[in-house]
Amino acid sequence: MKAKKENSDVKIKKEKSTKSAKDAWVLRLYVAGQTPRALAAFTNLKKICEEQLNGKYSIEVIDLMENPQLANEFQIVALPTLIRKLPVPVRKIIGDLSDTERVLLGLDLQAVN
Amino acid sequence: MKKAEKILADHKLVKTPTGIQGFDEITDGGLPAGRPTLVCGGAGCGKTLFGMEFLVRGATQFNEPGVFMSFEETIDELIKNVSSLGFDLEELVRNKKMVLEHVHVERSEIEETGEYDLEALFIRLGYAIDSTGAKRVVLDTIESLFAGLPNQLILRAELRRLFRWLKEKGVTAIITGERGNETLTRQGLEEYVSDCVIMLDHRVTEQNSTRRLRVVKYRGSIHGTNEYPFLINEDGFSILPVTSLGLNHTVSNERISSGIPALDKMLEGKGFYRGSTVLISGTAGVGKTSIAAHFAVAACKRGERVLYFCFEESPNQLKRNMRSIGIDLEPWVQKGLLQFQATRPTFYGLEMHLAVTHQAVNDFKPKVVILDPINTFVVGDKEFEVKTMLMRIVDFLKMNQITALFTSLTASGSALEHSDTSISSLIDTWLLLRDIELNGERNRGMYVLKSRGMANSNQIREFVLTNHGVELREVYIGSSGVLTGSARIAHEALENAEVLTRKQDIERKKREIERKRKTLEAKIISLYADFDSEEAEALKMIQTEQDTIKRHEQDKVEMAESRNPETEIKQTNYKRNFKNPIL
Repeated sequence: MKAKKENSDVKIKKEKSTKSAKDAWVLRLYVAGQTPRALAAFTNLKKICEEQLNGKYSIEVIDLMENPQLANEFQIVALPTLIRKLPVPVRKIIGDLSDTERVLLGLDLQAVN
Repeated sequence: MKKAEKILADHKLVKTPTGIQGFDEITDGGLPAGRPTLVCGGAGCGKTLFGMEFLVRGATQFNEPGVFMSFEETIDELIKNVSSLGFDLEELVRNKKMVLEHVHVERSEIEETGEYDLEALFIRLGYAIDSTGAKRVVLDTIESLFAGLPNQLILRAELRRLFRWLKEKGVTAIITGERGNETLTRQGLEEYVSDCVIMLDHRVTEQNSTRRLRVVKYRGSIHGTNEYPFLINEDGFSILPVTSLGLNHTVSNERISSGIPALDKMLEGKGFYRGSTVLISGTAGVGKTSIAAHFAVAACKRGERVLYFCFEESPNQLKRNMRSIGIDLEPWVQKGLLQFQATRPTFYGLEMHLAVTHQAVNDFKPKVVILDPINTFVVGDKEFEVKTMLMRIVDFLKMNQITALFTSLTASGSALEHSDTSISSLIDTWLLLRDIELNGERNRGMYVLKSRGMANSNQIREFVLTNHGVELREVYIGSSGVLTGSARIAHEALENAEVLTRKQDIERKKREIERKRKTLEAKIISLYADFDSEEAEALKMIQTEQDTIKRHEQDKVEMAESRNPETEIKQTNYKRNFKNPIL
């Protein structure tokens, strides 16, 4: 339980640190509890963002276990789901984000060689 | 046995009443409580509506809140679509009686990257259930997830988990599914939901579409296995649990008039039994509808409601035609005692007709129902279906103590009884109208073919349509059967003439007798007179004789006195001896 809290604290801090940029990417990751899959998704996402977005991003993690009413907004059905809120249009990626190429495709990013 | 009964009672499946008209009767109480039920069927067969009514009735009638999770229609669409059935979903949502949840998965918006599950769906559903304390859940149509999510393996595993989870939650759920080619549902949902499967069907036969419902499977419960026609109208679903009707309806001994006094006379002078089924059959133009109209008016006059189904004429035409024979139906229509239901038989399928009949009867609550005519339903080889339908109507009407009058058109050329044999066993009183062709005329005859439970007349009566209604004429039986029309009139005249001559004969005879009596009396008087005079003469003679004798005696006494006074004693003796023989 403690680990969870620490983790979420870390996430929130990260959001704050990167919010300054104007063309920042706003990403939201929906999970339900600290499942291995959720953790994997978060790790994978962070890795990709670090590599591709050069710090201009924010990640918001929403735990539906705690806030189930938030699932409606983006029609979340599968978990984990990654939503690209900005830049528009909204994109939806489901799964643990282990397939990097597909994630890049989903986020509409060209892989940096 | 007792043990078995006890086990049965202990483990009896708990059921959740749906509140859907007729459905709970078919399933002996409703859907299995706390279990999912699969409702499958083709497009437009009413799956969504079935689910929606289940929730609305639950919320309004059984105080069980519900969750409707729609995978196809949006919430706005749903609200609009069912408002035509009088369901106010917004109100229910406001009162926390219902949660509407739209789940939308768009394939093009979704990128799959690795492992995932549908936990979010569970969470959403769980949240909706918990926020209202819902007891009922509808998932409509969960199969559309298959279109949105490409990984079928995950999806199937998750669905299995979902249904198990629903059971654990203890909610009564309806899962709808589109019908597949060879399976009940396109994605084989019946694999996962196997406690209760209900199939809805929308079939077109001979241009008529009929909705039908069938309980394919219901674990641990008895249920009707037939296909039941159903109706979707402004009150929602209406299923006709027709075979649940038995033959145990109560019967009435009350008799009601047919509206034609002479016809009543043929039926013990009292008419039909209330709640019985009357059939009037005959060839074209013999006056079936006229008799039906008489019956309708008679019922209205008693203050009873009459529901008149006309399948061939429009009400206005019927009214006009009946006015020509002196029956005015309009006032009764205005008083609200008579209602017409005019539909072409080909307008709906048979079941739909049945359903409409049920609906109309339930709404209007008549005492008398007239179906005019019934055999227009028979198109092609549907006799069996027609019979079943009529049987259902008859059963239904009998259950409600409604007197039914059917008319049936017999095809000319076929035996009069023939076309109706299929339903004759359902009929209590059967009047047969026939035309009698004789001497270049066509006249109408009527007889009671059968009438259960009463002594009925065996006569064939001629009946005529006058400008004041139907009239039955006296029977004239000639050498070649019943005389009708001008033959009857001629016979009548002949008989009248005969009666006249006979009357005259009698008069004459009477006069003659009178004359004879008078002669006799005169004779008697004269004889009396003769006798009287003779008697008087005889008496006179007797008197004279007696006087003579007296005188003789006196003379003798005087003579003796004058001769010898001493002979007094002798004289007395002599007197005694002499007098006695004379007196």
